[in-house]
Amino acid sequence: MKQVTNNVILKIEKLKKYFHIGKDKQGPIYVRAVDGVALNIKYGETLGLVGESGSGKSTIAYTVVGMYRPTSGQILFKGKNIGMEASRRSLSSKKEIQIVFQDPGSSLNPRQTIEQILALPFRIHTQTPKKQLQEKMVELLEKVELSPDYLYKSPPSIGGGEKQMVAIARAMASNPSLIVLDEPTSALDVSVQAKIINKLIDLQKEMHLTYLFITHDLSLMRNVANRIAIMYLGKICEVAEAVTFFEKPLHPYTQMLISSVPVITEEEKKLKPKKVISIGEIPSPVNIPPGCSFHLRCPYKMSICSKVDPEMIEFSPGHIVRCHLFTKLENKK
Amino acid sequence: MRNSNQPNNSIAISLVRPKFIFWINLGKNWYKFSRNKLSIVGLVIVAGMIISAIFAPWIIPYPDHTGPFVDFENAMQPPSLQNLFGTDYVGRDIFSRVIFAFRGALIMAVVVLAIAVPPGILLGLIAGYLQNTWIDTIIMRITDVFLGVPPLMLALAIASVLEPNLMNSMIAISLTWWAWYARLVYGMASSVRNEYFVIAADLTGASKFHILLREILPNCLSPVFTKMALDVGWVILIGASLSFVGLGEQPPTPALGQMVSDGAIYMPNLWWVIVFPALAIVLAILGFNLLGDGIRDMLEIGRD
Amino acid sequence: MKTKENILLDIKDLHVWYRVYGGYLKVLNGVHLMVREGERVGLVGEAGCGKTTTMKSILQILPPGDFHIPQGQIFYKGQDILKMNFKELQSLRSREIAMIFQDPTAALNPVFIIGNQIGDVIKYSSAFAENEHKEKIKEQSIKALKEVYLPDPERMRINYPFQLSGGMRQRVCIAMAISSPRNLLIADEPGTSLDVTIQDQIHRLLNKIVEKRNTAIILITHSLGVAKEMADRIYVMYAGTIVETATPEVLFKNPVHPYTKGLLASVPKISGGGIAKGIPGKIPSYLNPPSGCRFQLRCEQESPICSEKPPQLFEIENDHLVACYLTQR
Repeated sequence: MKQVTNNVILKIEKLKKYFHIGKDKQGPIYVRAVDGVALNIKYGETLGLVGESGSGKSTIAYTVVGMYRPTSGQILFKGKNIGMEASRRSLSSKKEIQIVFQDPGSSLNPRQTIEQILALPFRIHTQTPKKQLQEKMVELLEKVELSPDYLYKSPPSIGGGEKQMVAIARAMASNPSLIVLDEPTSALDVSVQAKIINKLIDLQKEMHLTYLFITHDLSLMRNVANRIAIMYLGKICEVAEAVTFFEKPLHPYTQMLISSVPVITEEEKKLKPKKVISIGEIPSPVNIPPGCSFHLRCPYKMSICSKVDPEMIEFSPGHIVRCHLFTKLENKK
Repeated sequence: MRNSNQPNNSIAISLVRPKFIFWINLGKNWYKFSRNKLSIVGLVIVAGMIISAIFAPWIIPYPDHTGPFVDFENAMQPPSLQNLFGTDYVGRDIFSRVIFAFRGALIMAVVVLAIAVPPGILLGLIAGYLQNTWIDTIIMRITDVFLGVPPLMLALAIASVLEPNLMNSMIAISLTWWAWYARLVYGMASSVRNEYFVIAADLTGASKFHILLREILPNCLSPVFTKMALDVGWVILIGASLSFVGLGEQPPTPALGQMVSDGAIYMPNLWWVIVFPALAIVLAILGFNLLGDGIRDMLEIGRD
Repeated sequence: MKTKENILLDIKDLHVWYRVYGGYLKVLNGVHLMVREGERVGLVGEAGCGKTTTMKSILQILPPGDFHIPQGQIFYKGQDILKMNFKELQSLRSREIAMIFQDPTAALNPVFIIGNQIGDVIKYSSAFAENEHKEKIKEQSIKALKEVYLPDPERMRINYPFQLSGGMRQRVCIAMAISSPRNLLIADEPGTSLDVTIQDQIHRLLNKIVEKRNTAIILITHSLGVAKEMADRIYVMYAGTIVETATPEVLFKNPVHPYTKGLLASVPKISGGGIAKGIPGKIPSYLNPPSGCRFQLRCEQESPICSEKPPQLFEIENDHLVACYLTQR
């Protein structure tokens, strides 16, 4: 088991990110991509963030990394406030927080060689003298099991899995503490995915890394994350330890997603909750319905759900959920 | 089970790299270029033109016919073995004059592009990167102005204000040409800047200089090179249009358009006086067009 | 009862080569695939294994000039597609076989309304050669849209593709494919570019349609879970060859080929247990493929016979075929 301490490396408080997309009669229209999110990531852990497209998970990732400026709320990294765009952050923040994007094809410059791609973070964040630079890069490539001749290759001539390994190597080059992984294997095949995930787990132990791991693949999440947070339309619905998340999912949305995972073995079939068919399309984050944002698709909808947005309740230690079904329990306590 | 990923010796790598990779890349590029046979035709034509331009002093059979020279006995002779393209109304060998004029046209095209293209690229790059800011607006609106005026007209206007000679007509054409490159690079840069690899470079702290020149620019150059090849033909044509109306090179120095305009009154009897200079222009445009197609194919990012 | 008459599509020993710098990419190296009437076939394989090439060969939509078929036959209802003339091919594409592509956004023309695009398919399927009445075609396209459960089909047909979500676009593509009666549908990873729950909906929709109309379908996917839920028979493909085929029950209970076993082990399970190591190595170069079995470099049980010549599909138990020397004792 890896070392997960209780110290918090990243603390997100009341984070909101709205995108302004125009006006109508009532006033400006916003896409409320992230609508009040609180999340803590502990040193050395892998926090999984799961949700459909439009849920806001990528927006959170991008805001943490510095692609977006938060509309309101705070992000604290090792105690320091980093709630601003990357251009205004300190060099050490850029060194410490890195990201691996989903599409390996577009995250590497097709007109550069791997050598040039890897040289950039080395040049900026380390004081490696030029003569040693190639040696260091070869070491880095060996860490991700790529042979040294990859240095002279160009992204278009290597496969998707290898490109993603290069992206991971690039993220590791600056010796970071936190790596955000935005669906790193979604575009890849299952056997390549297995290789990459294993490598990520090994590297995490070796280099004492913390991961914010985003994916829509629940079976992958189960085996990668220590804790899992599930998002819907910009808000977190439930957070729990990985085992608890699957054995005792509380939120109806969690149950819906788990029930639609295609599985192969019998033991998995038994674990799945009763099939909850999702009704209708995914609503867009522009027209968020009042009350609980999930009520239009919820099979357990009550009258209060269309009026009042539920609060986050701690159902049991480490297991929090945001749903009216459980607010009553809380009130009973 | 065999493991195909044996780690190599780092020293061996740096020895392998420079020579080997160059030849492999050349082979790949040639393959992509030569898929279309017409591109090879274009390459041959262009190579022929460049060679004849470089070796003009040795190829031209009658070098002094390119300067002040008259030989009325030999005037208006049709094409023959002594004069491959015939002679003109004062007895000068047209073949020599065409080669010499062609050389001038080629040099003009190269100079014009050398003057016009770099500023165009730079402005387009900056405007594209700073899209939706006031810098973008200023640069692109100025570009729009220069794009709105037909190049020939602007070149004529400028060339007639300044003294008519080769240098000034080159300046005139350059002043109209940069705008096309600015617009082209603007379009590419403004979309490339949103690619994830650019964002990744920015997030890791790369300088703006690096992002503009090392990340964005290499991804904008493919259409630029293609256009440059095509433009050589176009500049030759516009240069010929200018010399047709008497701007550009002054007689007795030959220029392609000038030769066409001088010979017009002798049509259709002395057809060779016009046809060969005109053919030279056509051949130039054709050759560079075909070459441009090949260059575009070569620069495409393929999966090897 | 599986008699010879029931066989709709029979691909025999198909080899396809692409011309590239440095020679030929020998992508397909002897593909055998059979689809019976009304059968749901799942073709499972990873990126680059040749699934799309196989499908494009069936409809003969490979990039012209760049490919070469040195040997192989594709029999459709007894006739070899590779020997068909243009008219026969057109009839095949417009009336018999329909393909649903992976990316619905790229498969729809952005400047025409949906109604026109479905209408075109109906027109050329010449089911209405007699009456090219606009009304009849319109009616037919609304019917097709209804079958894929698109809300408000009358209004939907005057929409442009950009006004629809990804899931709806994929449904439109399916509607186009079923707008006239077909015998075989080929679905190339439908829903891969979409969200998981939408993907789920699309797969269930396809299932329903296929059952109702007794159409055969070849579903290409790289997910074994999807294949399990959707297929009557699964073909596992690796590097241009079919390595194993069986019904889902048999395949998942008793996988024989080392690649299938490796693949199954790499799939993460929601019951936990960590991630398997995956399959070491990578797909071989198609430019210089190894002689013999193409999986030998990654196989733990590799032995000298594997590099002599490629193993043929061999029936090791009832209706379960494997292409591996080590199982042919």
